[in-house]
This record gives sequence, C-alpha cells and structure tokens, in this order.
Amino acid sequence: MSEGKIIVNGKRPDGRKLDEMREIEARAGVIPRAEGSGYFRLGNTMAVAAVYGPRELHPKHLTDPLKAYVKCRYNMAPFSTTDRVRPGPSRRSTEISKVIKEALKSVIFTEEFPKTGIEIFIEILQADASTRCVGLNAASIALADAGIPMKDLIASCSAGKVDGQIVLDVAGEEDCEGEVDLPVAYIPRKNKLYLLQMDGLITKDEIKQALNLAIKGCKLIYEKQKEALKKKYENFEVSE
Amino acid sequence: MSDSELLVEEKNIVVPGELLAKGIDFLPGYGSFKEDGEIRSKILGLVKVKEHIISVVPLSGIYIPMKGDGVIGIVSDVQISSWLVDINSPYIGFLPLSEGTEEFIDLTRSDITDYFDVGDVVYVRINKVTKRKDVQLTMKDRMCRKLYGGNIIRITPAKVPRLIGRSGSMIEMIKKKTGCHIIVGQNGLVWIKGEKETLAAKAVLMVERESHTEGLTDRISEMLDKESGKEVIE
Repeated sequence: MSEGKIIVNGKRPDGRKLDEMREIEARAGVIPRAEGSGYFRLGNTMAVAAVYGPRELHPKHLTDPLKAYVKCRYNMAPFSTTDRVRPGPSRRSTEISKVIKEALKSVIFTEEFPKTGIEIFIEILQADASTRCVGLNAASIALADAGIPMKDLIASCSAGKVDGQIVLDVAGEEDCEGEVDLPVAYIPRKNKLYLLQMDGLITKDEIKQALNLAIKGCKLIYEKQKEALKKKYENFEVSE
Repeated sequence: MSDSELLVEEKNIVVPGELLAKGIDFLPGYGSFKEDGEIRSKILGLVKVKEHIISVVPLSGIYIPMKGDGVIGIVSDVQISSWLVDINSPYIGFLPLSEGTEEFIDLTRSDITDYFDVGDVVYVRINKVTKRKDVQLTMKDRMCRKLYGGNIIRITPAKVPRLIGRSGSMIEMIKKKTGCHIIVGQNGLVWIKGEKETLAAKAVLMVERESHTEGLTDRISEMLDKESGKEVIE
C-alpha cells in the first residue's frame, strides 16, 4: 500500500471526486435533559454535542463579573476508533477542546449572562478523520438549540493534500497516508475564519486552493445546520 | 426615500445569524441585533414584527430575571436578616427582611425562620435587577405569598407566555376544566394544587411541547374534556 497511489483516475478510496464532501446528516435536540443538543455526521465520523446553561459556574474562581465563561470538553469515546482510545483527557483532546472553545466563544454574546458558565460537551462516537470539524458543527447546532444568543452559526470542514492533489473533506486512509490536513471553521456572511490548523508540508498556492475548497464545504454544511434547526420545529407532529 | 426592506414574515422560524431586515427604517428588538445596517437574529425563534421593531421570540433557553416578573422560588438559605431564594435561574434571588414581611421584627428576640424556612415555596415578585444581575425580591404585592402543599412542575421559561395565553385565556381554561389552583411563575415553575393535579400537569406539559403549533387551545380543551369524562365513568 505504501507505494500505491491513494487517488486513482481522479477517484478517491471511497469513490468520491476531489471536491466532493461525504454524506452529511444533522439533527437538533437529541438529548432531552440538556438545554440544547445536536448531532452531526460526516460519512463515518459522528459527534453528539450537549449544552448546559448558562448556569452557576464551578469552580467559582473562574466567574467573570462582566461575561459568561465558556467551558468546552471534547472527548472521544473509547470505541470510536479501531484502536481503543484510553478514556480521560489527553494532550490531543485538551488542545481540541481549547480551539473549539475559542471558536465558539467568539460568536456567543457572552456579555448577556454575567457571572455564569456555559458548558459544552462534545462526544465523538465514531472517528474517521475531521473529528474536530464534526464536533464543532454539532456544538454549533447545540448552542443554537439551547437558545443561547449567537452572532451566527459556525460551520467547519477540512481540506487536505493527498498524492500531491488538493482534496475536500479528508477521510480515513487519506488522513493517515495523506500529506496535509487543514481543518477550517468559517462563517459565510462575515467571510471570516474562526479556526485554522494545519500539519504537513504545503506551498503558498496550494494552501490558497485548499482554503477555498474548505470554505466551499463550510457553506454547504452551514445550510445543513440551518435546515436541521428549522426541521426540529417545522416537521412537528401534534398529539392526535 | 430609503431602501429599507423587511425580509421575513411574522412567525417565521429563524436561526442565529439569519438576515431579518435591511435599512435604517427598522430597529432590533429582543433576540435580534444590528450589524452593518442589517438586522439579524441572535437566537433560534419565531419572528415578531411590531411596527418597525423586529424581535425574535425564543423557543428555548433559561430564565433571566426581569424587573416586575412574578416568579415561584424555593428558599435555599436563611441569613441574619434576609433569605436567599432559588428562582430557577443562574442568579439567586435576595429577599431582605424589610421586603419579606410588613410586620415589625425584633431580630434579637425572634427567629426569621418562622416566616420562611429553607425549602419553603414562595411566589415572589422581582423588585430590582442590577446590571451585574443581582436580583432583589419583594413579597409586598397582592399576589405574593407562601405556597402550601401542591406540586411544582418545571417547563421551559420561553414557553410561559404561551401557557398563560392571550390575556390569560389558556391558563384560565385549564384552571376551570380541572378545578385546580394553578400559579405560573415567569421563571418556568408551575405550582398546581387540587384534586386533578395530574390532569392539569398533563395539560401544562402538552402546552410546553406543542407551544409553537396552531389551534393548540382547542386541542387542550378537547383533551381535558375527554380525560375528565373518562375519570367520571371509571
């Protein structure tokens, strides 16, 4: 496999074109006991997010008298990958929790809830690359579902470089064997990036190309998120 | 003169960031904000247009205290000359002695737990909310009192206006058909006392679940008639 090409005749291992996304599924309100919750699936990567609060914050010393404190926990379920993930926080999950928190914090109107904490829990049920993007998408739906005032919904997806070619939405084999992974979080109307990370080697032109491709994917995801939130109330079945 | 334009209709479901109106003729109300001359929604909710003010009525969320609201609270702590009241919100209500009772109390001789003790349920009014969300409560109101017996159920605070209905139509109907005493706090706590407590609670929860649908009052009325009819036969 190491010598073989991943992309054959412009087709990727799962049969997608270079600029094609995986199947998207989004739902709002999946956890009844939480203030708001969301489910997001991108091919084989699935995430559930729950939002609690604004509520009294613990530990108390984190409280800010002027605005709400945003807490975020990203966690991978032990059964989410082929190798068992050791439960509990790790270097990787702490980092991802932080970048997701920073992205979400910038869209929430935190000054409306002084002295409180907003807690976001993201659980990755199945991982097949771009878990941080899927987690962020689920969290964004959950926050809106919880009735928390936000400037906009955040959409996120990844681009990458595989076999020297720029591809959208890196998955599975491409993530392990590929050269570059570039997760992006984006708000269409502001044309602003809220998360941008990268590993691997890439040229200036290629990064521009990858960024444009990822932004295209984010726009698609944004529409799906909107749809999911509206669907919760529109396709509502009344009793008898 | 100006090119102001309303882009949504009343009762449309909107999501955060969705464009509601353009131009200077419109103003943002509750649940919306203005940015670069455009009015956008802050929350997931239903659009409400009143003259030139565009607001969004939330479908979910927690209770944020507002001056003048009547709420149901549970006394959580008693201090030397005040009570702390849990009002189903991130902020705790503060009820000072002077606002709690109109009687003269000599603190050196009497124990203020005789008036309200930890665990007591009270209907109180919000007297003042500071910018930093410190909440002061008062009992000096016709409606305010300690609530004895009964049951409390919790609903989403955003659904309280629907439960009360236009000038109290919905809640009055539930009260009449079940014969229960019902008090609805703006904070989403509902106190029910009476023989048909479970039926009243069922109706309240049904309103919460289906609050955004049309013809709800008729369906609730139907359900109450049917259920109470059943009870008579059995």
